[in-house]
Amino acid sequence: MATLKDVLIKIGAVKKTKQITKAMGMVATSKLRGAQQNMDGFRPYAGKFAEVLGSLAEKAGEGSSPLLVPREEVKKINIVLCTSDRGLCGGFNVNLITAANDFVKESSEQEVHISFTNFGKKGRDWCRKNKMQIDSEHLGIVGAKFSFNIASTAGQKLVDGFLDETYDEVYVVYSEFVSMARQTAKVKQILPIPPIETAEEEEVDTENPYQAEHICEPSPKELLGDLLPRHVYVQFFSALLETSTSEHAARMAAMDNATKACDDMVDSLTLAYNKARQSAITAELMDIVGGAEALKG
Amino acid sequence: MAGNIRLEVVTPEKSVVSEDVKIVVAPGNLGDFGVLIGHTPFLSTLKVGSLRYIDGNNTERYVFISGGFAEALPDKVTVLAESAERRRDIDIQRAKTSLERAQKRLADISKKEDFDFMRARTALERALHRIKLSGSRA
Repeated sequence: MATLKDVLIKIGAVKKTKQITKAMGMVATSKLRGAQQNMDGFRPYAGKFAEVLGSLAEKAGEGSSPLLVPREEVKKINIVLCTSDRGLCGGFNVNLITAANDFVKESSEQEVHISFTNFGKKGRDWCRKNKMQIDSEHLGIVGAKFSFNIASTAGQKLVDGFLDETYDEVYVVYSEFVSMARQTAKVKQILPIPPIETAEEEEVDTENPYQAEHICEPSPKELLGDLLPRHVYVQFFSALLETSTSEHAARMAAMDNATKACDDMVDSLTLAYNKARQSAITAELMDIVGGAEALKG
Repeated sequence: MAGNIRLEVVTPEKSVVSEDVKIVVAPGNLGDFGVLIGHTPFLSTLKVGSLRYIDGNNTERYVFISGGFAEALPDKVTVLAESAERRRDIDIQRAKTSLERAQKRLADISKKEDFDFMRARTALERALHRIKLSGSRA
């Protein structure tokens, strides 16, 4: 059995670990707040954008932009894998990487060439380990503060790659922020752009009688040509935002659990320590009593 | 003027302007356009430049826009810009450094690669507009 001192040292160590996990949890909480603010700030833009794009897509009709047309033969796929740079966030990265891996397995049955665009170190490391082709990598973005520029620069490369037929399809693997307790890994196709949901019917004819026809400048087709790449950036930016928010939420939960586990350990170790101490005292007492009895006799 | 029109300027990061104004003049790609209340539904792309409006207290205000697009409805104008700043929020120091950086880069590249060249040029354009707008303050 461990001596009293060993137990004491162990208790000290666990308490220190608890301090660290608690601090990390608090950092994650404050970062999560920032990330959620970013998401809230982006929502009006994304909402309005979707609305305008929906009404425009309807007018311009199908096949009005090469970005909307699916390729007949899909040979080259690019996967944008968004993960965090750092660990200690529970199953967060594992879930994302599993989603990517499943996707790769599924598509490798059809003999397609797959390449990766990595956001985040964990995904990059996984790609390296598995000898995947990495077209570009961006570290230090997910989980930190980033601007729309990041999304549009990276998005532009993907759009260009799609247009010059380097890629036939582009997917994003990201983590959807469902709630504080739930983040799910998702695979979303961003190129060719899947059919755009048109504006809700009721909104068009009842609420606002003016909304029917827009004058466009330049023509709807040109306007759409300008907006569609931006739509890709918007999708992309929202995926990055969601992943960042999820990362902090996941880390917060993980650290919370770790802190609780530390508490449990300290409790059970303290119990063990007290028991050991008590039995030592009892043994000592027995000795004294035994000695006194011996003297009497 | 029959009343005020709602102006909303939003960027991916935040909402920059949200107030009732008398008139909006925006830098459309095919030329500036003004919007009053009761405008017919209208959609236009915007170039880098400044958006002007007269607020409820008859003060003329300026907002820097780095391209994007605008939707005008009879009672509302929505401007979606990649970045936007009110004139008083422009960081003149930052604009000056990015101007220098862009100029240097343009001198270095001299049509080596189209992509970078275009980027440097739009950066230059943005910086110039920011400086001009910020300097126009009385």
